[in-house]
Amino acid sequence: MSTTSTTPPALRVRDLTHTYAATSGPVHAVRGIDLTVPRGEILGFLGPNGAGKTTTLLMLTTLLRPSGGEVHVAGHDLRRDPAAVRARIGYVAQAGGLDPACGVREELVTQARLHRMPKAAASARAEELAHDLGISALMDRPTAALSGGQRRRLEIALGLVNHPEVLFLDEPTTGLDPGSRAELWDLVRRIRTDHGTTVFLTTHYLDEADALADRIVVIDEGRIIAEGSPAALKAQHAPGPSGTLQDAFLVLTGRGPAQEPVAI
Amino acid sequence: MPPTPTPAPIPAPTAAPTPTARAYAHLWADTRVVFGRCLRATLRSKTNMFFGMLQPLLFLALFGPLLTSLDLGVNGSSWQTLVPGVLVQLALLGGSYVGLGLLMDRNLGIIDRMRVTPVSPLALLLGRTLRDVAQLFVQSVLLVLLGLAFGLRAPLAGVLLGLAFVAVLSGALAALSHGLAMRVRTPPEFAAIANTAVMPLMLLAGLLLPMSLAPGWLDAVSHAVPFRYTVEAVREVFRGHYTSGTVALGAAVTLGLAALCLFAATRLFGRARH
Repeated sequence: MSTTSTTPPALRVRDLTHTYAATSGPVHAVRGIDLTVPRGEILGFLGPNGAGKTTTLLMLTTLLRPSGGEVHVAGHDLRRDPAAVRARIGYVAQAGGLDPACGVREELVTQARLHRMPKAAASARAEELAHDLGISALMDRPTAALSGGQRRRLEIALGLVNHPEVLFLDEPTTGLDPGSRAELWDLVRRIRTDHGTTVFLTTHYLDEADALADRIVVIDEGRIIAEGSPAALKAQHAPGPSGTLQDAFLVLTGRGPAQEPVAI
Repeated sequence: MPPTPTPAPIPAPTAAPTPTARAYAHLWADTRVVFGRCLRATLRSKTNMFFGMLQPLLFLALFGPLLTSLDLGVNGSSWQTLVPGVLVQLALLGGSYVGLGLLMDRNLGIIDRMRVTPVSPLALLLGRTLRDVAQLFVQSVLLVLLGLAFGLRAPLAGVLLGLAFVAVLSGALAALSHGLAMRVRTPPEFAAIANTAVMPLMLLAGLLLPMSLAPGWLDAVSHAVPFRYTVEAVREVFRGHYTSGTVALGAAVTLGLAALCLFAATRLFGRARH
């Protein structure tokens, strides 16, 4: 571990690969990703289906062992000390991870207990998060009774229980109505502003990346094929007054942006 | 441009490599948290408790009376033979299918969410398994009480010892079932594997009728099934014999099986991936 006075970046990824065996031979899902994410950045991680987004995300969140390469999260080595990494990240999967029969308060308190907070501290943290994320009134309901937007808020609250330095969001607004999407964008921005949290988010929605991300990384076939601010990507790959991020994406990947259209 | 706010304060529960004692303290505390969560989930779904024990209960109520006037080739009453068999059947059926619940939690993303915390996979496994043991233990007690109503007579110490056998066996099978559930994707896949394994094992263990009735070849084959030793030991303690070789062998096989299942399940749990 580094003992220098400079704080390590939120995320430092070097030559990250993942290869798995299939009946037809080895599949190289991720072929060498290099990436440094400074603290406090909102990074949009884009790519068509099958590009390796989810595989990369699973490796960065300690759920999948990398085949090769090095990852440091907030200065902690992912391979040597995954527990230290887990203590410093929050992960909100696309599946969400809510038990429909479980109450909102119980989910929050249990998650805090899993992060080894004592009982009283866990309860206090649950109340604090519920208040911050505007779900205080729902604490005694089962999670099955929540609306789509409320569920997402709870899921993000669960990811924030341990004051993470890096929050990973896997397609956070998929399936939300436009109003809830806008609220969620505000929430993500607020999390970064209030707590300096680094946010690593994957998305299918190019307008979402455009509106939310400081920087966009586009991957395809397991490699990074472009990165830069939304404005820079548009200027470089879709020049002209009407160039959109979608045009840039199409140029870069030579195909459509995943299966879903850009929501308005 | 990304702003450069001050980094959030770092909660540092497990930053440094922890000594072994601290790791065990964490394992114990984490297991309790997982156990509590799982137990509350079980208590919420009250119907589960009843349906889980419905099948053994029916065997007791509708099959047991057929045996009372038969010569089973064993000492003691037919209830002293059947009730232990039904208890082991409960452990076998109940224990083997608990993985389905884990599989559903996995598909909801609950397991991944919990794996991205400092809690070890072993604590996630043990917490769930202990919940299963607790549930099967309560069901076993209810079955014994029902057996008493039908005419079972057995010494209290024997019953308690028998329940301990059943608890260890259900823990072993539940752990293995969770391990399997971490490696398959869908409930039908899980059910196919579990059914294929459980049905022949149940028949070969001589749970409903003792193997004293079996022809030589079947008796020989059944010696390869570990549950046979468990059920024979439980029958022995229900008859009030605590020091026989059957009991010792049953204890050794049951504990050995539990160690093996726990080891295998831990491996499956630790390595498991999507």
